[in-house]
Amino acid sequence: MRLRETPEEQAFRRELRLWLEETLPTLPPEPPFEDWEAKRAYDTGWQRRLYEAGYAGVSWPKEYGGRGATPSEELIFLEETERAGAPYVGCCFVSTLHAGPTIIAEGTPEQRARYLPPILRGDHVWCQGFSEPEAGSDLASLRTRAVRDGNHYVVTGQKIWTSHAQVADFCELLVRTDPDAPKHKGITWLIMPMDLPGIEVRPMRTLTGESEFSEMFLDEVRIPVENVVGAENDGWRVAMVTFGFERGTAFVSELLASKRLLADLVEIAKKTPWRGATAWDDAGIRDELVLIEAELEAQWALTKRNVSRAARHGTPGVGGSVFKLAYHETRERMGEVALRILGRARLALDDPTGVSARHLDHVHQRLYALSLSIAAGTAQIQRNIVGERLLGLPKDR
Amino acid sequence: MDFEPTDDQVALQTELRRFLAERIDHDARRAIAEMPGAVDRDLWRELGGMGVFSLTLPESAGGVGLGFAEATLVFEELGRAAVPGPLVGTFLAAGLDVDLAASAAAGEATVGLCPVGEPAFVEHLPALDALLVVDDGGVALAEPPAGARPVDRPLDPLTPVAVVEALPAGRPVGDGDLARELRTRAALLAAALQVGLATAAVEMATGHANQRVQFGRVIGQFQAVKHMLADAQVQVEVARAAVQAAGVELDDAAAGHQEASAARRAVDVARIVASRAADRATRACIQVHGGMGFTWELDAHLYLKRALVLDAGVGSPEDAKDALAAAL
Repeated sequence: MRLRETPEEQAFRRELRLWLEETLPTLPPEPPFEDWEAKRAYDTGWQRRLYEAGYAGVSWPKEYGGRGATPSEELIFLEETERAGAPYVGCCFVSTLHAGPTIIAEGTPEQRARYLPPILRGDHVWCQGFSEPEAGSDLASLRTRAVRDGNHYVVTGQKIWTSHAQVADFCELLVRTDPDAPKHKGITWLIMPMDLPGIEVRPMRTLTGESEFSEMFLDEVRIPVENVVGAENDGWRVAMVTFGFERGTAFVSELLASKRLLADLVEIAKKTPWRGATAWDDAGIRDELVLIEAELEAQWALTKRNVSRAARHGTPGVGGSVFKLAYHETRERMGEVALRILGRARLALDDPTGVSARHLDHVHQRLYALSLSIAAGTAQIQRNIVGERLLGLPKDR
Repeated sequence: MDFEPTDDQVALQTELRRFLAERIDHDARRAIAEMPGAVDRDLWRELGGMGVFSLTLPESAGGVGLGFAEATLVFEELGRAAVPGPLVGTFLAAGLDVDLAASAAAGEATVGLCPVGEPAFVEHLPALDALLVVDDGGVALAEPPAGARPVDRPLDPLTPVAVVEALPAGRPVGDGDLARELRTRAALLAAALQVGLATAAVEMATGHANQRVQFGRVIGQFQAVKHMLADAQVQVEVARAAVQAAGVELDDAAAGHQEASAARRAVDVARIVASRAADRATRACIQVHGGMGFTWELDAHLYLKRALVLDAGVGSPEDAKDALAAAL
C-alpha cells in the first residue's frame, strides 16, 4: 500500500500545474446560466486547449491520440484541474469518457478514424440515448425499435435524460433490433448523427431550474447500418463495456469540489452570528461539519483504493457503487447543515448577498445533491449491487 | 501511488486470519472470558511469537521491521476474531524504552492502557503486568493498581473492568509529545480493531441472511434486509480505506515523506469513520438476527459491546473530532 507518488507522477503533476497556471487566466468568461450554445462553446474550447497541450483523452491509449496516463495520473489530472479551478468536462463528458472509449474498444478501424480525432479536438459533442421513460433502472427493457431497411435502420421511439442533447452532434444510442429475443439479447449500440430528420429534442427543466437534460423523440430516423458499434444484437454487452470504463474516477472532481464546499461552509459558520456567538460555536453544527469532513476525507481514501484496484484489475469492481452510496449520503447531510447555517439566505439559489466569500452556491448544491442518489444508477440499485455482488446475498427473483 | 496491499501484506493478513479462525471460535472466546482478567496467556504468547506486538519494531531489536500500514491489517484481524485482552496497550508498551518492552513484545507480559481519570475504569486488571497511564502532559508506566473494585456487570463480558479511586502515579516514561504519539497510535489501532469487528458482524449477518427462511424465502432476498447490510458494508469499506491510508501516512511521516500533522489528521479521520462503521455494522448484525440477535448466546452482542468499549479508550473518536475541528 503506497500513497506516495513516483517520480514520474510527481513530474506529471508539476508540469500540469504549471500549464494550468499559465492557461487558466487566458480562458474566456464562464457562459451565462442556461445559455447552452455558449456552454457548448466554452466546454469544447477547453477541450481544444487540453488537446493542444496534450492533455486530451488523458486516460485514452496513445495509439488513439490519448495520453495513455495511468489511473494514478488520471487522478492527479482531476485533482490538479479541480484545485486550480479549471472548467469541468461539461458537454464533453459523454464523448471523452463514454463514447470515445467504447469506440476504441469495440469500434471498427473506420469508426475510430472518423470519430475519435474530432472528440479529442473538441469538435464534436456527444449525448447518451440509453434511458427511456419505461426503461430506467431496468435499462434492458428499452423499447426504441430499429427495423432494418436495406443499408439503414429505421428507428422510432423515445429517450430521456439525454444530457446536452440540444447541442450534441452525435448520440450513443441503444435500440431494440430483435424484439423476440430475451431482453438483453436484442439490443444494438448505434451512432446516431443528431442532424438526421425525425429527431426532436425537448429540453426538460430539472428542479434546480436548469435544462441540462432532454427528452428525445425519434420518428423513423434512418441510421446507416455502418453505424453499429460491435455487432447487431450485441449492444447490451457493448453498453456494459461503456460502463466498464469507469476507473474509479467518475466522481473525483465532485468529491474534491465537495471538500471545497465544506471548507467554505466552515468559513461561513465561523462568521455567522448564532445565539450570541457564531454558528461554528454551536456544538451541533460543528460536530456535523467535522463529521462530514471526516467522511469526505475517508471517501478520498476509498477513491485511491478504487483507482489502484482499477489499475491492477482493469475495473474498480463494485468500488464505484460503494463510493456512490457513501458519497450521496454525505452530500445530502452537507446540504442540510448548509441550509441550517444559511438561515434566511437559503431563500435564494445563487447567493445574491455574497455570504460565500468563494462565490459557492450552497443552496443550489443542496438541491443538486438530490440527484446523486438517482443519476447513474439509483441508490436502491447500487444497494442491490453491493448486497449481491460484494456480500453474495441472493437476487430477489 | 498504488494503494492495493502488496502480496506480502495480503499474506500477512491471511496467515493471521487463518490462525485466529482455528484458534478462537465461539466456545474458545467464552472460555477466555472465564480466565483471570479474560486473557489467555497461551494465546498471548502465540500472538507474541507471531510478531503481533513487535510488528513495527526494527529487526535489529528483534522486531518484524514492518510499519503501521501492516499494523492496521493485523489489528483488523484481531478485531475480526474479537480477541480479548489489552492488545493496544501491550503493542504500545513493546515500542517504549522501558524494561518491560521486551517481554511485552514477546507476548510474555500484558500491559493495559488507561486515560487519566478519577475514578478510573481499568480493563483486564487481574491479568495485567503493568499499566500505561496517558494524559496530555505525559505517559507513566505503573504497577497494576491495588485495591480496585471489580465491576460485577461489565459492558463487554470479554472486557472485565475494575474501578479504582485514583490511578497510581507510576514512573514517567515520556512527556506530552510521547503522549500525543501514543494517543495517535492507539487511535489508529482501535480504529483497525473496529473495522475488524464490523467486518465480522456483517459476515455473520450475511451468513444468517443467506440461510434463514421466512415467508418461504431466505431473508437475504428481501431488500429491506439486503439494503441494510449493503449500507453497513459501505461504511466498512470506507472505514477500511481510511484506516489503511492513515497507517500508510504514519509510516510516511516517520520516514520524512509526509507532515506529521497531516498523518495525525488522517488518523483522526479514520478514528471517526471506523467508530461509526462499527456502530452501524454491529447493530445491523443484531437486527438481522431478530430475537436471537438480542440474546446472550449469540456472538452478535460481543461485537457491538467491544466496539462500544473501544470508543472510550485512549485516542477516542471524541478526541479525534476535537482535533479535526481545531484543524478546520
